[in-house]
Amino acid sequence: MVHSIDPTLHLKMYEQMITIRSFEERAIELFEHNLIRGNIHPCIGQEAVSVGVCSPLRREDYMVNTHRGHGNCIAKGADLKRMMAELLGKSTGYCKGKGGSMHIADFEGGNLGANGIVGAGLPIAVGAGISIQIRGTDQVVACFFGDGAVNQGTFHESLNMAAIWKLPVIFVCENNQYALSTPIREAISVSRISDRALAYGIPGMTIDGNDVIEVYKQMKEAVERARTGKGPTLLDCVTYRFFGHFTGDPGRGITYRSREEMEEWMGRCPIKRFREYLFREKILTEETEKGILAKVKTSIEEAVQFAMESPFPLPEEATQDLFY
Amino acid sequence: MKEDHQIWLELYRMMVKIRRFETLTGELFAAGKIPGFIHLSIGQEASSVGVCSTLRPEDYITTTHRGHGHVIAKGGDVKRMFAELMGRSTGYCKGKGGSMHIADFSLGILGANGVVAGGFPIIVGAGLSIKLRGTDQVAVCFFGDGASNRGPFHEALNMASIWKLPILFVCENNQFASTTSFHYSTSVKSVAQRSIAYGIPGRSVDGNDILEVREAALEAVERARKGEGPTLIENRTYRLRGHFEGDPQRYRTKEEVENFLEKDPIKRFQEFLKNEKILNEEMDRQIWQAIDSELTDAIRFAEKSPYPQPMEALRDLYAEDVDPLFQRSLA
Amino acid sequence: MNLRELTNTEAMAEALREEMIRDPSVFIIGEDLVAHGGIFGQFIGLPQAFPGRVIDTPISETAIVGAGLGAALTGMRPFVDLHFADFTTCAMDEIVNQVAKIRYMFGGQAKIPLVIWAPDGAGLSAAAHHSQSLEAWFIHTPGLKVVSPCFPYDVKGLIKASIRSDDPIIFFMHKKIFSSKGPVPAEEYLIPLGKAEIKRKGKDVTLIAYSIMVLHALEAAKELEKEGIDVEVLDLRTLWPMDWESIAESVTKTHRVLIAHEACVTCGFGAEISARIQEELFDELDAPILRVGAYRVPIPFSPPLERFVIPGKESLIKSIYKILGKEMN
Ligand SMILES: Cc1ncc(C[n+]2csc(CCOP(=O)(O)OP(=O)(O)O)c2C)c(N)n1
Ligand SMILES: Cc1ncc(C[n+]2csc(CCOP(=O)(O)OP(=O)(O)O)c2C)c(N)n1
Ligand SMILES: [Mg+2]
Ligand SMILES: [Mg+2]
Repeated sequence: MVHSIDPTLHLKMYEQMITIRSFEERAIELFEHNLIRGNIHPCIGQEAVSVGVCSPLRREDYMVNTHRGHGNCIAKGADLKRMMAELLGKSTGYCKGKGGSMHIADFEGGNLGANGIVGAGLPIAVGAGISIQIRGTDQVVACFFGDGAVNQGTFHESLNMAAIWKLPVIFVCENNQYALSTPIREAISVSRISDRALAYGIPGMTIDGNDVIEVYKQMKEAVERARTGKGPTLLDCVTYRFFGHFTGDPGRGITYRSREEMEEWMGRCPIKRFREYLFREKILTEETEKGILAKVKTSIEEAVQFAMESPFPLPEEATQDLFY
Repeated sequence: MKEDHQIWLELYRMMVKIRRFETLTGELFAAGKIPGFIHLSIGQEASSVGVCSTLRPEDYITTTHRGHGHVIAKGGDVKRMFAELMGRSTGYCKGKGGSMHIADFSLGILGANGVVAGGFPIIVGAGLSIKLRGTDQVAVCFFGDGASNRGPFHEALNMASIWKLPILFVCENNQFASTTSFHYSTSVKSVAQRSIAYGIPGRSVDGNDILEVREAALEAVERARKGEGPTLIENRTYRLRGHFEGDPQRYRTKEEVENFLEKDPIKRFQEFLKNEKILNEEMDRQIWQAIDSELTDAIRFAEKSPYPQPMEALRDLYAEDVDPLFQRSLA
Repeated sequence: MNLRELTNTEAMAEALREEMIRDPSVFIIGEDLVAHGGIFGQFIGLPQAFPGRVIDTPISETAIVGAGLGAALTGMRPFVDLHFADFTTCAMDEIVNQVAKIRYMFGGQAKIPLVIWAPDGAGLSAAAHHSQSLEAWFIHTPGLKVVSPCFPYDVKGLIKASIRSDDPIIFFMHKKIFSSKGPVPAEEYLIPLGKAEIKRKGKDVTLIAYSIMVLHALEAAKELEKEGIDVEVLDLRTLWPMDWESIAESVTKTHRVLIAHEACVTCGFGAEISARIQEELFDELDAPILRVGAYRVPIPFSPPLERFVIPGKESLIKSIYKILGKEMN
C-alpha cells in the first residue's frame, strides 16, 4: 500500500468502515430480537468496497445500490438514524417505512436507491449517466451490483449503452464470490469478471476488494476518467461476505461454503488489514482509535434509540406517496 | 463430378432458391397479395445456406423476423411458406403466424420470432434438452447485429458456455438494425469479439463467401457434436433491400448499396463455379428455370388455397382445445 | 385412503418426486436449487435423488424461462422455479410473447409442457419487490393457464396435473402457506386443471377465493356461523381455465357473491368473475357483487402499513354483512 491519501481521509475511511460493521452487527441483533421484520442482507466483510468506492465521490455524485446496501448508503453519507428507523419500519425512516432494508434511497445524498431485483440497478445508472451528459455537469455515477448480477441481461445492455455514449458511470461489482448459494465459478463463463469489459471496449480491472486503499485508488482513477468524458469503467472488487446471504441463511452459508474457506477469508478482514496498516504508518494510535470507537458506538446507539422511539407510520399512510 | 462439386452446386441452387423466393415475395407484397410486413434476406443467402448445409434434419434452428432464407435452407416447404405469407389455411401456421412466425417442428425449425433476440433463450433450452436426452444433435440460433446488444444474448451465451451446450450462435451482421448502424449501436468493432466475455471461440467471417461461412459452421458443428460447447460466428454481410418492404432507407446512400452489389454472394459463387468449370451457362439457366417453376407452382398453390374459417381464430391456443364457443363466450 | 398430514412444501416435493420417477423428461431448473434446496427448502432431497435433473442456473431469468420453453419444445417437461413471482417481470418477453403465443402463432404445431412455478403474496415484510400477487396479468394473457391452490392436497394433485399438461402453466403458491398442513392421501391421485372445489358448503352467500384468501374465507365463515350466517366457500384452485360451472352453480344457490383475492382489486381477477356473473346470471343476484383485495399500491415494508394494504378475515366479514344488508354487531 502506498501512502498517497492524506491521513485525515484515512481516518475518516477507517471510521466509516467501523461504522458500517457496527451498524450491521447492531441490525442483526435487532433482527434477532424481532424488532426488524422481513430480512436483512448484511455486508460484513465487504466494508472496504463501500468505503473505497464512495470516498472519491462528491455528495452530488450518484450511487445506485443493491439488496446488500447498508454499507454503501453509509459510505455515501446517509444518516444512520433515518437508516435504522427505516429498518425498523418507522415513519422517520428514509422511506417512511415503506421500503425497509432492501429499498433505502436518499435522493438528496445522491443515493438513487437500493433494489430488490438483482441487476435492476444497472439501467438506472445508465439513465443517471445520460442525464448528467445532457445537463452537462461533471457528476459521476457509482453503480454497485453483485457477482450474481453479472449474468443478467441488464448488465449487457447497460454496459454497451454506457460504452457507446461514453457515460460517466463506474460499474462496481461487489464480487463476494457467491450469489446466494451459487459460487461464481459455476455461474460465470469467464474467470475474471473484468474480462467482460473487453466485450464493451471499456477498461476493466479485477482488484483486491478487501484492500480499501487499492479500491480507493482504482476508483479515483475511474472517477477521473468519467468526469473528463472518457467514459465508463468496470471495477471487479473481489471480496467475501462473512455473514450468510441474509439473516435466514443457516450457519452463515455453511450449506454451500466450507468452513476452511470461510475462516481463510475472515483472516483477510478488510478492517483488520486497514487497522494494521494505519498503525504501521503511525496514522492511527491507540488513543485516536479509542476516540473513533467511542464516537461510532455513540452514533449507532443514538440511531437505534431514535429508531426505537420513533412512531410507526399510520396505517392509512399506506395509500400515500403513490403519485406526485 | 467430384463430391465437393455436387455439394457446391447444391449450395448454389439453395441460394438461388432463396433469392428467387424473396424476390417473388417482394413482388407479391407490392401487388398487395401479402398482408402485413415483410423482411427480405436478399444479399444474405450465403449465411443461411452456408450454415444450414452443415446441419442434419433433426438439428434445431431458431430464426428471426428475417427468416425465410433459414427456413428454406433447413428444408422448409415453399408451398406452405407462400401459403403462410398469404394467410391461407394451408400455410405452416394455418395463417396464424405470417412471415415473421414460420415454424416447422418436424424439421427442427423452432420458429421465427417477431421479438429481436427472442431466439436466444429458446436455443439454450433446445441445447439443454439435447444434453439431457444425450443425443448428438446441435442447435443453431440465427440473430442480427441489433440483437447482439440485447440482454438475452448475454444470458444465453453465458449459460450455453457454463453448461457447454451444443449451440452455434450465428450473427448475421448486415450492418444495420432497422435504421441504426452497427457502429453506432455497438461498443465493439465486431460481434465475434464478445465471445471473449463468455470464454468461447468466436469467429468473424466474410458472410458473403459461402464456402467461408460453411467452413466455419462445419468446425463449430463438429465442436458442438463432440460436447465441446458453443461457438459464436459472425457472418459479415449486407442486406440489399430495405429493412422491410417499403422502407424509404434514409439512413444509407444509394452508392453504399451499389458497392455491396459487387459483393453479392450469389454472383460471387456463380463466378467461382464458372471459373472452376463446375457450372456453365446452360446449367445455370436450367437451375434458375427449375427453381422458378417450382416457386410459381408454390405461389399458385398458395393463391388457390382457402383462407381459414374465421372461427379457426379461436383454435390452437391450448393442447386440449377449449371449445371455441366457450372461448368466445369468455373472450 | 391412507391420509398423512403434510405441509404444502412437503406435498409439492412429493409431487415432484413422483413425477420425476414416472417420467424421465421431467427436470427442475432455477436459481439456488441444489445446495439450498430452493429458497424455501421446497426441493430438499430432490437434487440427491435425481442427479443432473435439478439444475442450478446463474441469475438470468430471461434465459431460465426461455430455456424452459426451448426444452419443452424439444421433448422435455421442464419445471421452472422463479424464486419469487416478482421476478416474472425479468422474463416477461419469454412468458408473454414466447411461451404463451408459440403454440397458437405456429398454428398448433407445438406442445408446451412447461410449468413456471413461483411463490407470490405478501405478509412477510418482504417489501415491494418480493411480495406481489401478479396472477391477473397472466390470466389476461391468452395461451397461459394459471393455478393457485391453497391446501397440500390440492397442491400435490395440481402440481402433478400441471407437469403432465401439454400447455404452459403459471403456478403460484403463496409464501405464507408453505408450512401450513393438511391431509394428503398416500395413494396416487391427480386434480384436474380447471376445477374449483367447495371447501365449505353454505346457503347465504358464495365467497369465491383462491390461494391464501381461502384460509381467511374459512375463518370468516366460522365466525359468521356463530351469527347464523351460512357462507359457502368456493376455492377456485385453478384460475384459468376458470371453472364457470362451479361458480354458476353456487351463485344460483346463494344469490349473493363476494370475491376475494390478495392482489389489488383494480383489474384483479375478481373484476372478471364479477363481470361474468352479472352478464350471465344477473337475474339470480339478490345483491351487488362485492370484491375484496389489496389497495392499489406497491406492498409497503412496515408491518402496520402492510397489514393495512392486504386484505384479511375482517374485510371479508365486513363485506358479507354489507352484502346481506345487515348491521355488524
Ligand atoms: C431478478 C432477481 N432474481 C433473483 C433474486 C433473488 N436473489 C436475491 S439476492 C440473490 C443473490 C445475488 O447475488 P449477488 O448479485 O452476487 O449479490 P450478493 O448477495 O452476493 O451481494 C438472489 C439470487 C432477486 N432478488 N432478483
Ligand atoms: C425487442 C424488439 N425491439 C425492437 C423491435 C423492432 N425491430 C424489428 S427488426 C429490428 C432491427 C433488428 O436488427 P438486426 O437484429 O440487426 O436484424 P436485421 O433486421 O438487420 O436482420 C427492430 C429494431 C422488435 N421487433 N423487437
Ligand atoms: Mg455475490
Ligand atoms: Mg442487422
